[in-house]
Amino acid sequence: MEKVKCVCGHENPFGTKICGKCGRPLTEEAKAQKVLDMKYDGSAIRSKTYNKSIIDKIWNFFSSVKVGVSLIVITLIASSFGTFFPQKFNIQAATEAEKALYYEQNYGTLGKLYYELGLSDLYNSWWYQILVGLLAISIIVASLDRGIPLYKSLKNQRVKRHESFMKKQRIVAHGPVTEGDASKTLDLIAEKMSKLRYKVRRDGNALLAEKNRFARSGPYINHLGLIIFLFGLMLRFIPGFHVDEAMWIREGEIRAIPGMDGYYLENEKFILETYDNEPTRAQIEQGVSKIAKNYQSDVKLYKQPEGAVLGDTENLDLVKEYSIRVNHPLKYDGYSIYQMDYRLNEFKSMTFGLTNKQSGESLGTLTIDLTNPEKEYVLGENTKVEILNYYPDFSGLKDGIPQTASQYPNNPAFVFKMITPDKPEGEISFVSIGAAPVEAGDNEYKMTFKNVETRNVSGLAIKKDVTIPILIVGGIVFLIGLAIGSYWNHRRLWVQQLEDGTLLLAAHTNKNWFGLKKDLNVVTEYAHLPQYIDQLEENDETKREGDDVE
Amino acid sequence: MSLIDISSNLLLIAFFAYILGTVLIAGSIKRNDGAASRAEKWGKAGIVVAVVGFIAQLGYFITRWIYAGHAPVSNMFEFTTAFGMFLVGAFLLIYFIYRVKTLGLVALPIAILFISYATMFPTDVTPLVPSLQSHWLTLHVVTAAIGQAILAISAVAGLVYLLKEVDPKQKSKERFWLEAILYLFVVIIGFVVVTLTFRTMGYEAEFTYVDKNGMEAEIVYNMPALFGMNEYELKTDGVMEPLVELPPYINAKKLTTVVWSFIAGTILYLLYRFIVRKRICELLNPLVKKVNTNLVDEIGYRSVLIGFPVFTLGALVFAMIWAQEAWGRFWGWDPKEVWALITWLFYAAYLHLRLSKGWEGRKSAWLALIGFAIIIFNLVFVNLVIAGLHSYA
Ligand code: HEM
Repeated sequence: MEKVKCVCGHENPFGTKICGKCGRPLTEEAKAQKVLDMKYDGSAIRSKTYNKSIIDKIWNFFSSVKVGVSLIVITLIASSFGTFFPQKFNIQAATEAEKALYYEQNYGTLGKLYYELGLSDLYNSWWYQILVGLLAISIIVASLDRGIPLYKSLKNQRVKRHESFMKKQRIVAHGPVTEGDASKTLDLIAEKMSKLRYKVRRDGNALLAEKNRFARSGPYINHLGLIIFLFGLMLRFIPGFHVDEAMWIREGEIRAIPGMDGYYLENEKFILETYDNEPTRAQIEQGVSKIAKNYQSDVKLYKQPEGAVLGDTENLDLVKEYSIRVNHPLKYDGYSIYQMDYRLNEFKSMTFGLTNKQSGESLGTLTIDLTNPEKEYVLGENTKVEILNYYPDFSGLKDGIPQTASQYPNNPAFVFKMITPDKPEGEISFVSIGAAPVEAGDNEYKMTFKNVETRNVSGLAIKKDVTIPILIVGGIVFLIGLAIGSYWNHRRLWVQQLEDGTLLLAAHTNKNWFGLKKDLNVVTEYAHLPQYIDQLEENDETKREGDDVE
Repeated sequence: MSLIDISSNLLLIAFFAYILGTVLIAGSIKRNDGAASRAEKWGKAGIVVAVVGFIAQLGYFITRWIYAGHAPVSNMFEFTTAFGMFLVGAFLLIYFIYRVKTLGLVALPIAILFISYATMFPTDVTPLVPSLQSHWLTLHVVTAAIGQAILAISAVAGLVYLLKEVDPKQKSKERFWLEAILYLFVVIIGFVVVTLTFRTMGYEAEFTYVDKNGMEAEIVYNMPALFGMNEYELKTDGVMEPLVELPPYINAKKLTTVVWSFIAGTILYLLYRFIVRKRICELLNPLVKKVNTNLVDEIGYRSVLIGFPVFTLGALVFAMIWAQEAWGRFWGWDPKEVWALITWLFYAAYLHLRLSKGWEGRKSAWLALIGFAIIIFNLVFVNLVIAGLHSYA
């Protein structure tokens, strides 16, 4: 494209609105403005310049702030839909069908519709992720589109600007100095503005005082941070980039840690503590009698030596002893192990006695490890008990056959075969908790329940996430950019001493005009400058009165 | 006097200081015509009293912190009062930058409403469950609340802007919505009034009902039950039977409270209209007549600029760090989290809209009010109705 040549002789890139050298308005639009549109200092923005090819059109679409804001608002509204009812991943149900049922049972037809529309898993849906993707593209395109020309034009600023540029600034002043010798004025301004920590440059009869130019980079830095963050999130879709496993481990057990190859964990103890306070009003209203104070698993972390056989827990190297508590995960080698859940008083072992029904005479006792029962327990010569069947979590009979709901010993039941000197062929008895034994025939011996030992079980989560550092970097970059753009503003004051001895001043800031005016008040008084006016504040007089402006 | 009593008294002092501050500032504006210097004095006194109130409330906050052993932001009462305090703090911050007293005329009454609202909830110190025992959590909640309070100042500025700019004598959509917002403030007063009334009467009605898991449960209403829980059975004699029974996924007790608040608020509003015979916006209009609208608009924008980074840090960054420490996942799409994200996106949209022309002044004032509505929604509705990890009650 051809360049735009300004009267001053400077060649500007096509699409420039304000000459990069002297500041003369170049376009008809800019010439007609009372106050120049100083966005991006009038430099050529690609999206405002080209609109021919399909690439231009796509570029322009994504760089538009209107489109950007629309995407933000659509994401915002879409996100809110996911909060009407709980999301699927928060529902405690094993199968998909149960989850579907959950919505219908709890929230009626509306819940069913919610599930069927996929709103129950909104944040993982393809369309939500595409929305976030579009937002990311928009941020990248818009930033490149404006950031580069803005950077160039701010870098090449001239001190001297044309009158037409200065008079079209929002804040202008024109007139003789109010007091003293005009030849000293520029020195006075330079002195005061330097005190106010502006960088002052001079060029003959012109002066430019500038402060905090870096603040203009704020939005671009924060957008960069967002993109880094979103990139980090994207990596998480690649399998292997993060470990997310769970394990149940009983007190006294040593187990291989899922997702953490070569490591073993021993659970020494699980501790649950509660507060012993008087129930508060809130507790009473919610029917909560005790409030938990601490969940803790005292563990030992082991590593298997090089070349050891998988599953060999005999030779392990102790790596770390730790008390895992909520908010205090065990951290090692990039992995973190969290206290997530617990089960109290799981049955560990049961002790039975083999007794004669008639005489009550005991032939001995046996203790059954409920997670690892033996096939038979020998009590003496010709006396033993065999376990024919074991149902760790007995849930009733189905077609006359006992069932177990899970592998956990929540409700153990057994089919015993009792072999005694009296009955060498054995007697069979089905024993479960809280029910009379069921016998095949009329037995002479029975298994009497003596006692049960219990232990606690810790529910732990094992996580490793290599994308976290990327997210941290993104977050920090975002915050730095945000702070730069929000807490500093770019202020400029242009001054020129005209031929007739009067002064022409103009000032601009990208935001916080109030702060700029405060600076100007100081320098106006110090250097006896003509009073400035704010060209956008029409009825200056009436607006300024009242008790609120001091 | 024990520490917790000192703490309560300091809160009480703060509460009355805010009321007095409001009156003084209002007085300074009313008196402006004749005796300018006296008005000046009233205004200064108003600010001084507000500062005293703020310090007293800070004292409440610190003493309660020491007494409880954890930051007093862990239940509805504590969080809402703290929010009121931060709101006053944010107002004072903006006041010392811009010297616009009139904002106090909106900011202080909102703080008063917040504190009154808060004291309707159980005020005793509650011990913390393990997941809440975290410095990151304290940092998260406090920073997020400060951020929200600063953001809320843009709504305060927006309200002042609209009270001045919207002609109260001219029928318009804007006037309708403005009055609607003011009416909602009256409804909060209505909530306080009905709660106090029935509490003084010692009203109690016990019910059993069947919850959504099909289990029998008990519930005590402290207001006459307008709505009954699923398959309810009244256990107390001589109290009102519910008018309607609701399905199990709606909490009829909370709905009853909401409806009672609206009834009381509406009665109060009608009573006011009957006596004063003016819309509230018309009554308040003269008080804000003197403000510089351009300046108020800029304050609105500036408070979003100042508050947005603080909010981001508190509500998103610290929240993620805490969630990572506590659960091993920095984000869980919990309703409260999602609504913090929504708030954040909304103010991002606000900032970008300011970039294009035309989204200043009125439009921006309305946006600021919508933003405030989202913050309140997150505080009240998400906490009380959509139960999640963060739910206090
Ligand atoms: C949630 C996502 C986003 C966040 C948090 C964000 C944040 C910001 C912030 C804080 C500013 C500074 C505003 C001010 O100082 O008034 C800004 C400026 C800007 N943003 Fe974004 N932004 C987001 C998305 C977008 C998108 C999608 C676009 C696409 C059009 C965009 C385009 C811009 C532009 C053009 C600026 C002005 C740059 C300048 O003044 O030099 N942003 N952004």
